[in-house]
Amino acid sequence: MNLRFSRKAVLSVVAAASALLLGWLVTSQGPLAPTRVTVATVQQGPLLASTFGIGTVEARRSYALAPTMASRVARVLVDQGDTVAAGQLLAELDPVDLDDRVASGRLGAQRAASAVRAAQAQLAEAQSRAQVAVASARRSAELRARGFFSQEATEAKQQEANAATAAVDATTAQLAAARRDHERVLADVAGVGKLRDQARLVSPVDGIVSARLVEPGSTIVAGQAVLQVIDPTSLWVRARIDQGQAGGVRVGQSAEIVLRSDAKRVYPGEVKRVDWLSDSVAEERVVNVGFTAIPDALSIGDLVEVTIGIAELPAALWLPAAVKRVDRQDGVWRIKDGRVTFHPVEVGITTLDGRSQILAGLAIGDEVVVHSEQALQPDAKVSVVATLVGARR
Amino acid sequence: MINLAGRDILNGWGKFVFTGLGLGLLIGVTLSMAGIYRGLVDDGRVLLSNGGADLWVVQRDTLGPYAEPSNVRDDAYRALLGVKGVVEAGNVTYLTMQIEHQGSDVRVMLVGFQPGHPGEPGYLVAGRPITRSHYEAIADIKSGFRLGERIRIRRHEYTVVGLTRRMVSSGGDPMVFVPLRDAQEVQFLKDNDALVNERARIAANPAFNRPAVPGLLDAVQASQANSRTVNVVMLRLAPHADEAIVAGEIRRWKHLEAYTRADMDEILVAKLIATSAKQIFMFLVILAVVSAAIVAFIIYTMTLNKVREIAVLKLIGARNRTISAMILQQALGLGAIGFIVGKTAATLWAPIFPKYVLLLPGDAVLGALLVLVICALASIVAIRAALRVDPATAIGG
Repeated sequence: MNLRFSRKAVLSVVAAASALLLGWLVTSQGPLAPTRVTVATVQQGPLLASTFGIGTVEARRSYALAPTMASRVARVLVDQGDTVAAGQLLAELDPVDLDDRVASGRLGAQRAASAVRAAQAQLAEAQSRAQVAVASARRSAELRARGFFSQEATEAKQQEANAATAAVDATTAQLAAARRDHERVLADVAGVGKLRDQARLVSPVDGIVSARLVEPGSTIVAGQAVLQVIDPTSLWVRARIDQGQAGGVRVGQSAEIVLRSDAKRVYPGEVKRVDWLSDSVAEERVVNVGFTAIPDALSIGDLVEVTIGIAELPAALWLPAAVKRVDRQDGVWRIKDGRVTFHPVEVGITTLDGRSQILAGLAIGDEVVVHSEQALQPDAKVSVVATLVGARR
Repeated sequence: MINLAGRDILNGWGKFVFTGLGLGLLIGVTLSMAGIYRGLVDDGRVLLSNGGADLWVVQRDTLGPYAEPSNVRDDAYRALLGVKGVVEAGNVTYLTMQIEHQGSDVRVMLVGFQPGHPGEPGYLVAGRPITRSHYEAIADIKSGFRLGERIRIRRHEYTVVGLTRRMVSSGGDPMVFVPLRDAQEVQFLKDNDALVNERARIAANPAFNRPAVPGLLDAVQASQANSRTVNVVMLRLAPHADEAIVAGEIRRWKHLEAYTRADMDEILVAKLIATSAKQIFMFLVILAVVSAAIVAFIIYTMTLNKVREIAVLKLIGARNRTISAMILQQALGLGAIGFIVGKTAATLWAPIFPKYVLLLPGDAVLGALLVLVICALASIVAIRAALRVDPATAIGG
C-alpha cells in the first residue's frame, strides 16, 4: 500500500512538473511571453548639442596661374611643394614671335627718333631761311620807301618772306608728326613688352605650390592653369552638413576636426563661415571651419570629420535614446503594472551620443523603456531585464 | 480500482520514458519544421512592418524593391510629399553585400535610410539611434557585430552604435542600417581600385578627355562619382487617407509604382518566398505523416511486447475494458510525454537556428491534439491485437 501510494505520488509529481514546464514554456518562451525591455531613468545634467558633418581640407586662397592666351609652356621652374615668394617667376610660356616684335619695335622707335631729328634739322633750315627772307623783305620795303627799289621787286621780296614763314610752319608740323610717330612706336614697344610679360607666370603671393598641372612642351588654352599656388595660412575645412542638422550652426562656434589621415587626434577649430548658398540637390549646407592651429602635413582634399558644438545646457533633464515617434508624436513608453503605455513628451536638443533633452512630460527619476525586443504596442506585456544583448532567448 | 497503466509504467519506467523521449525529439523536429515555415513567412511580414511605411513607391512597372531591382530619383520624395494624404516620406536603399568581420565575410543587406523618416528601424535592443549623418551603423544582432565595433564597408569605417533584432532581408541576411548618403555612395563606389580604374578608363576616352576643353574630364569624373537614386520611397499616410486612392494618384500623376501593405505582402509572401515556403511546407507535411506513422508503430509494438502480461491479466479475469483502458492510457501518456519533450526541445533549440523560427501557440495546440489523436488511433489497433490474445499464452508461451 505504501509502495502504491508513493508510486502514485511520483506519477502525480511528474505530471505536475510536466504541466508546470509546459506552462512556463508557453508563457515565457513563445510569442505569448512578455516582451523583454530595458529601462532608464530621467536624469539631470549638462548636455552638449552638436552637429556632425564631413568635409575636405581646402585652401581659402588658392591661385591658379594661367596664361591669358593659348600658348606653349616653355619652362616650369618650380615643383609641387616648393615655397615661393610674391613676384617670383614660376613658369614661362613660349613667347613665339614676341621677342622679335619687341626688337622690331625698338628698331622702329630708333627710326622714328631719327625722323624726329631730321624734322628738327628741316625746321632749323626753314627758320634760318625765313629769317633771311623776312630781313631781306624788311630792307627792300625801307629802300622802296626812299625810292631806291621798284615796287615789283619789293613785292617779290615780301612774297619770298611769306613763303619762308609758311615753310617754317610746315616743318614745325612735320616735326610734331615725327614726335607723335616716335611716341606711337614707343607705345607699341611697351605694349608688346607687356604681352611678353604675360608669358611669365609669377607668384601673386608668398605661398606653396600645391599643384604642377602642366609640363614644358604642352600647349594650353587661355585660362588653363599651369601651376596652383596656395596660401598655407589660409587652409580650412569645407564641411558639408545635412540641412536637417545645420540649423543651429553659427560663425564663431567651436568645432572639433578629425582628419581621416590621423584619426586618433582631434584638432580644435572654429566655424569661420556659413555659406549663403546651400546645396539643394544634396540637401547639405556648406560650413567652413578654420583650424585654431593649422596642423603640419595637411593635405588638401583630405577627408575630415567635423563636430560643431551648437548649444550647451548646464542642467537639462535628459534621457538616453528612448524617445520614439508614434503617429507624428514624440513620446516614451512607460511601464505600469507590467504593461506599457505611450506617454507624449516634448523633446529639446539631442546630442550626438543619442541623449535627448526632455522639455516637458517627465520628471527626474521617471522610468521609461529604452530598448525592446520588438516594436511595442500599447498595453503590451513587458518584463524588465538589465540587458537584451548576450542574453539567450 | 488499481491503475493498471500507472503500475505497468512504473514496472518498466525506463523503457517507457526513453520511448517517450525519442518520440518527443521526433515531435520536436516536426514542430521546429512548422516553426521554420512560420518564421520564413513572418520574416517577410516583419520586413514590411519594420519600416513603418504605409506605401512603397518604386520604379514604374517593377515589383521592387524586394522582389525586383528598382531605381527612383532621390528627389522624387519632394513631389510625393505634395500628394494629398502623404505626411512623411523616406528614401531607402537596399544592397546585399559582404562585409568583412573578424577575418571572415558576413553577408548582410545594407539599408540606407534617413534618420527620423520611414524606413528607420523601429526599436533597438542596445545602443542608440544614428545621430551623425555619416559613418554610423545600426546592425541586426544576427550579423554578429557588437556595439562600438568599427566595421569597414567599402571605403569607409562605420561605428556600430545600435543593435536591433529581427531585421533581415527576405533571404534571411541580417540588415545593417547606415545613413542614406553613405549607402548611396556604397552603391556606386565599388572600391578604391575600381574607382581608380574607372577614372583611368574615362581619361582614356578621347570624347571626355579633350585637350581643347580643360576641365571637361574633371566634370565627367565628378558626374560619375555620385549616385542620385534610391530603391524605394516609403510613405506614411495621414490617419484618414485611403491608401488605395493615394497609390492611384501616385501611379497616375507621378509615373511611379506604388504598393500598399497588402500588395507588398502579396509580392513578398506569394511571389518572392512562395517557392521556398512551399518546399518547407511540403517537407513539413511529409515529416508530420512520417512522425504519425512512427508514433503509431511504437505504440503498436509496445503493446505487442506485452502480450504475455496481457494474457496473464486475462487469465486472472481482468475485463476487456480494463485492458483497453490500460493500453489507451499508456498511449496517451506516451503522447503527452512526447509532446512535452518535443515542445521543450523545439523551444530551446529554436534560438540557435540561423534564421528565425516562429513557434505559434496555435501550432503547438494543434500539434498536441494531433499527437493525442494519433496515439489514440494507434492504441485502437493495439487494443484490437491485445483483445485477441489467447489467455493460454500466459501458461503455454
